[in-house]
Amino acid sequence: MPGLARRRTPSPQWLLLLPALALLTVILLVPLGRSFSQSFGDTGWTLEHYKTLFTDGVTLTVLLRTAMTAAIVTVIALLLGYPYAYLMTRAGPRLRGIMMVVVLVPFWTSVMARNFAWIIILQRNGPVDSFFQLFGLNVVLYESVAGVTVAMSQVLLPFMVLPLFSALSGIDRKLLLAARGLGSHPVVAFWRIYWPLSRGGVVSGLILVFTLSLGFYVTPALVGSPQQSLVAQLLGQRTTQLLDFEGASALGMLVLIVTLVLVAWANRIGGTISAIGVAASAPTKGRP
Amino acid sequence: MRTRTRGVDPIPWWLKLTAVAVGLYFILPTLFVIPMSFSSASTFQFPPRGFSLRLYENFFTNPAWLDALGNSVIVAVLAASLATLVGTTAALGLHNLRGRLARYVRTLLMISMVTPAIVIAVAIYISFLQWQLVGTFPGYVLAHAAIGVPFVLVSVTSALGGFDPKLLRASSSLGATPLRTFLTVTMPLIRRGIVTGAVFAFVTSFDEVVIALFLRAPTLETLPVKMYNSVTVEIDPTIAASSSVVVTAVTSICLVLQFVGSRKKTAGS
Amino acid sequence: MPTSGTQIRLTGVTKDYGLAVPAVDDVSLTIEPGEFMTLLGPSGSGKTTTLNLIAGFETLTSGTIEFNSADVSSLPPHKRNLGMLFQNYALFPHMTVAQNVAYPLRERKLPKAEIARKVAEVLELVQLTGRDGHHPSQLSGGQQQRVALARAIVFDPNALLLDEPLGALDRNLRGALQAEIHRIHQEVGTTFVFVTHDQEEAMNLSDRIALFNNGRIEQVGTPEALYQRPETLFTARFLGDSNVFEPSKTADGTIVWENCVWATEPGTVSDLTKAGTRAALVVRPEDVHIAADGDVAPTGANAVAATIRDIEYMGAYRTAVLSLGQSGTVGRARLGALESGLTVGQSVTAWWHVGRQRLVAV
Repeated sequence: MPGLARRRTPSPQWLLLLPALALLTVILLVPLGRSFSQSFGDTGWTLEHYKTLFTDGVTLTVLLRTAMTAAIVTVIALLLGYPYAYLMTRAGPRLRGIMMVVVLVPFWTSVMARNFAWIIILQRNGPVDSFFQLFGLNVVLYESVAGVTVAMSQVLLPFMVLPLFSALSGIDRKLLLAARGLGSHPVVAFWRIYWPLSRGGVVSGLILVFTLSLGFYVTPALVGSPQQSLVAQLLGQRTTQLLDFEGASALGMLVLIVTLVLVAWANRIGGTISAIGVAASAPTKGRP
Repeated sequence: MRTRTRGVDPIPWWLKLTAVAVGLYFILPTLFVIPMSFSSASTFQFPPRGFSLRLYENFFTNPAWLDALGNSVIVAVLAASLATLVGTTAALGLHNLRGRLARYVRTLLMISMVTPAIVIAVAIYISFLQWQLVGTFPGYVLAHAAIGVPFVLVSVTSALGGFDPKLLRASSSLGATPLRTFLTVTMPLIRRGIVTGAVFAFVTSFDEVVIALFLRAPTLETLPVKMYNSVTVEIDPTIAASSSVVVTAVTSICLVLQFVGSRKKTAGS
Repeated sequence: MPTSGTQIRLTGVTKDYGLAVPAVDDVSLTIEPGEFMTLLGPSGSGKTTTLNLIAGFETLTSGTIEFNSADVSSLPPHKRNLGMLFQNYALFPHMTVAQNVAYPLRERKLPKAEIARKVAEVLELVQLTGRDGHHPSQLSGGQQQRVALARAIVFDPNALLLDEPLGALDRNLRGALQAEIHRIHQEVGTTFVFVTHDQEEAMNLSDRIALFNNGRIEQVGTPEALYQRPETLFTARFLGDSNVFEPSKTADGTIVWENCVWATEPGTVSDLTKAGTRAALVVRPEDVHIAADGDVAPTGANAVAATIRDIEYMGAYRTAVLSLGQSGTVGRARLGALESGLTVGQSVTAWWHVGRQRLVAV
């Protein structure tokens, strides 16, 4: 009965979607669609702009550097995020609430404040440099890809911790005891039982962090070096400085397609968009 | 006694240490801007030299900074209002809708969350140039409203998730019109979700820098853009004061939201 | 190769979390090879902690644990060679039934052919032949618990530890699995250590029961001994119903309760009731008889005046709820076929044979 009633009155409900659809269509979809068609040339139809991306000698280098940076950021996020998420599952409700708030600090602090902070920390004679000078080392991470990696990892860690936490808290810890009772050393028990069961969360965290790193603009622009730019900077430069809209469109579409494919993949593994949704609303709902 | 598992399954000390280190990595960097904001030097040097309120004074008296702050507030308020309006209606519309089409619509509305900001910025910039929206308030507001919609959608949807549809039937069986039912039953129950979504949309716009960098005009730029310039072009340490103000403001907003939310919860139970 | 079972000896075993009372307090217990020993008690009595100590999941505060006279107190769990059955099965969800069962054999690096043979053998034992390729989620609760049982015994463990394994199952399935566990114990002859708070389960399955209370063992013995000859009031109350009288005076051979003077016989006095300790007299409802309408208690029986408060129909029998003596202490008597004409409010005499009562420590 309720099902029938629902099916009979769908039209007013669909009308409610119109304002949002109109806004997003005009402001997002039309520009993206125009960009898409522009990437094949303003007049006529050509793959020239895409071909150029791989043949101009610059774009490919930048793309590879971006992918490399994203991969390193992703690995760092996993190495730091896994123990943290694991401990969140072991903590009591109070401590877990605190740990959740801590995770979301980089998520909700102002982008510019955060990047400014990293400039201060990583600059020449800054805290990191001074610390290593004590050991006679000269470590200036400012204006380097290494500095960008350190700063990006911090910002992207929540996107690793949140899906991991949700995957890890679904694992029954009794299984580890069972494995040890059956003769497994604790390390073996972890490796054979816990790790495989956490793999869904790991994979979606990896894809999410990698994907988001690909599009980072402000951090590489401020903390990184112009000589070692990443793809987002290249994209900005092509648009505003070179006014090469067609080339920029092609590059933008490439980034977008790679991103969407990865996100769709992560979504099949374990609800990525919903993981971001959780993160977005976590400051008020995060407390268990 | 059975809940007591520390003997059964101890947590190694090095794991705790790692978690503490990661926790510090999450929060420490941001804290560096606060001492910086009291510096009397005119560079980004750290540790800051001297103590003064000079940077705050500059932030609150220099028209360039004040204008940027004002622009940001106006844009964020308008963008958040628009996003909340269309996002809430969309969430209500999608509630109880099943099937493939509804799923596509939901994904479409969420898409700006997973699209790299730079790609959106470039696409919007190229189109807005033609529509003469670059460097205008409507341009900023529309772009920021579009990226604020997913936040409203998520929080209103989750508020609706805990909503018992029987209440609607109860209300209409008591003789209320659909509009009256919405205002007296649905609205109070999802108000918190709407407020949360609105605050997130506001913060998102207030803090947005990538799209704003493309839409800026010398006559109209938002606070994040001004801050960006102060690092890249001007080397103006006022950004430290500005950062501290923004961090404090955003944290306060989140805390108030949290406080109001939890107080309501305890009052209700 | 059937194992002949391992002897497990606990000596002065204590586990102290630093709370007011130790979780396990100076427990000594010898579990004989091949025995089915149940650790019974209310929640928080220390039975589960004791099992975890035997398994090695908890470390001892003091005392020793020996398997066949070899001290294992400091061995980690994976070196104790014990099978363990958990309440929530603890099957590895990412492995098939066969992989789950083969897990302990792979850990022991047995040759592939032998693993396959043993897995097939044990699946047959638990009647799950043909399910090897299934994942745990495709099985019913009862089947999952049988897989867990197979996994716990396939490697010929020193002993099988069962931690409330039937708690998650519904009533019918519990009965069936009790029978299954009993049968498998008979067939494999391994030492079983079974933890439960369900006295019926304990009575049905065990060779002996160790009854836990506040971290200590209250009494160890066969189910029959615990029921018939409780040493303490706690034991008498935990296993079955009891009528309890707290006598004002106990002297050699006589007990005074209110205005009644009752006799005792040797063998009905708990060893723990020495001179000076507080004692209680307990009588099972099925041992209490009712004399009404001018009948009197037989000579030599202990008797007390009673009023019938209520008669409860229990299906197979009826129970009279009584107020006993001047104080109106609540008691119960199971009614026999002859005691049929009783009415609520009637004044009667409740009596029992001296040999059916039990004087226990409080």
